[in-house]
Amino acid sequence: MNQPKTPHNLSYRSVFSLVLKRDLTIALRHKDDIINPILFFIIVVTLFPLGIGPEAQTLSRIAPGIIWVAALLATLLSLDRLFKSDHSDGSLEQMLLSPQPIFILVLAKIVAHWIITGLPLILIAPLLAVLLHFNEQSYGALMLTLLLGTPVLSLLGAIGVALTVGIKKGGVLLSLLVLPLYIPVLIFATSAIDTAALGLPYSGQLAIIAALFFGSLTLAPFAVGAALKVSTN
Amino acid sequence: MQFDSFSAFLDMGGYGFYVWLSFGVSAALILALIVSSVLGHKKVIKNIAIRQQREDKLRQVRKQRKNTQVDLTQHSTKEITQ
Amino acid sequence: MWKWLHPYANPEVSYHFAGRMLPWLSALAALFLSIGIVWALAFAPADYQQGDSFRIFYLHVPAASLSMGIYLGMAIAAFTSMVWQFKLADASAAAMAPVGAVFTAIALFTGAAWGKPMWGTWWIWDARLTSELILLFLYLGVIALHSAFEDKNLAGKAAGILTLVGVINLPIIKYSVEWWNTLHQGSTISKLGKPSMTADMLWPFLFCFIGFILLVTLVICIRFRSEVLSRNSIRPWVRTLVSTQLAATEK
Repeated sequence: MNQPKTPHNLSYRSVFSLVLKRDLTIALRHKDDIINPILFFIIVVTLFPLGIGPEAQTLSRIAPGIIWVAALLATLLSLDRLFKSDHSDGSLEQMLLSPQPIFILVLAKIVAHWIITGLPLILIAPLLAVLLHFNEQSYGALMLTLLLGTPVLSLLGAIGVALTVGIKKGGVLLSLLVLPLYIPVLIFATSAIDTAALGLPYSGQLAIIAALFFGSLTLAPFAVGAALKVSTN
Repeated sequence: MQFDSFSAFLDMGGYGFYVWLSFGVSAALILALIVSSVLGHKKVIKNIAIRQQREDKLRQVRKQRKNTQVDLTQHSTKEITQ
Repeated sequence: MWKWLHPYANPEVSYHFAGRMLPWLSALAALFLSIGIVWALAFAPADYQQGDSFRIFYLHVPAASLSMGIYLGMAIAAFTSMVWQFKLADASAAAMAPVGAVFTAIALFTGAAWGKPMWGTWWIWDARLTSELILLFLYLGVIALHSAFEDKNLAGKAAGILTLVGVINLPIIKYSVEWWNTLHQGSTISKLGKPSMTADMLWPFLFCFIGFILLVTLVICIRFRSEVLSRNSIRPWVRTLVSTQLAATEK
């Protein structure tokens, strides 16, 4: 953060973009952190046809569920590094001590996490959908639900990570804390895709996912900030 | 009394297995909860007592060591002066 | 107006208060539960549709409503501790979590055992059963978070945040599960749709319900006392209390 300005007169926007740029740069230096969750996503999705059988009809019936559950697990896997490295090298504490509101800092980090993990998932999902004989009518619904749903996963997951970042074996605990909170997203996203496959309007489900998105966007950063204060105590 | 005999009571109109299973498991779970809570309370008290004893012992040892150190320093100063 | 509450903010006072409550609570809980359960098992009439399997109702419904009530109580305690920095509230929330988890498990189990004769299967993805299962997961998360921290005060704060996040999410989860359920399968719960209870079913139910509430309060009091002790273990009053108790047991 080699800025000529003193940290006191930074506007909220520049704070946000500074943290975002920093996190993205760090992530680009450790490319395996970006690639590994994607690989995990692909492998989990390919395992299902092997386990269930190659019948196109069965696969296309359960494809939305497979893709969404795999996306949940891939996000969960990638969540760990949201605060971990910053916590271990002490920069997280510096961030919390800075005069800027924690809300902005946390939000920037979550947005960076979504760009690193959520966006590649959205890009790769249609290819996997082809593998699973996805219903042709529901590609649009898949993309839209992923676009609205994956930020919710990042936001809710950040709460869990912030709570467990100070614990040594936080990995398993994280999944126990976070996965129940993901259930509404899963339900509405898969039902939107199923509805789209029938050729019916799915705007209702999308609206609910959007509501979840905006609700978690406004509330989750506060919870993350409070949790980080506890964890870095 | 709703039942004519004790065997009818056990049978529960054919649903005996389910009724007694749910009552039994619930009783077992509640009993386990109560027992673990009471034992946990005793354990907490015991742990605090153990830590207290350890601290007392450490304090005594420290006091003794301080005394012996005082002795030693007195000895050494004596030796030096001699 | 709140002045009479102030002494109970002192851990020592509330520890001894909870201790004085224990004999009363255990006697009353034993009384109500024994009357309620004997009445429910032997004297209450069988349901005209469900026969004697209806007797599971006297366990299932109190357990299910207590599982939700305890979560609500935990959330209120977490909120109190977060807003007013009131540490005893953390201790009570920590005491409630395992009790709530056990009652959720009882509600789930009795639900399954009631479902087997009524619906034909142990488990169906019924909205209420599913959201009860998710409630169990939330409880387990809170308990795991409590035990993951070495420092009890930190654990209380972290679990408090999780509890509050959970209590915001719980209605959403419940609503989404209900919606998912009606979408994916016909409503099965209507079999249990019961006309208003008759008095000879209501009275044993009330006895059981009050008995379970007393029992829950009793267990929470026991656990609350140990939480208070372990959080204040270096205070002088705890030291004297522990040494006198130890001397009493050694005699």
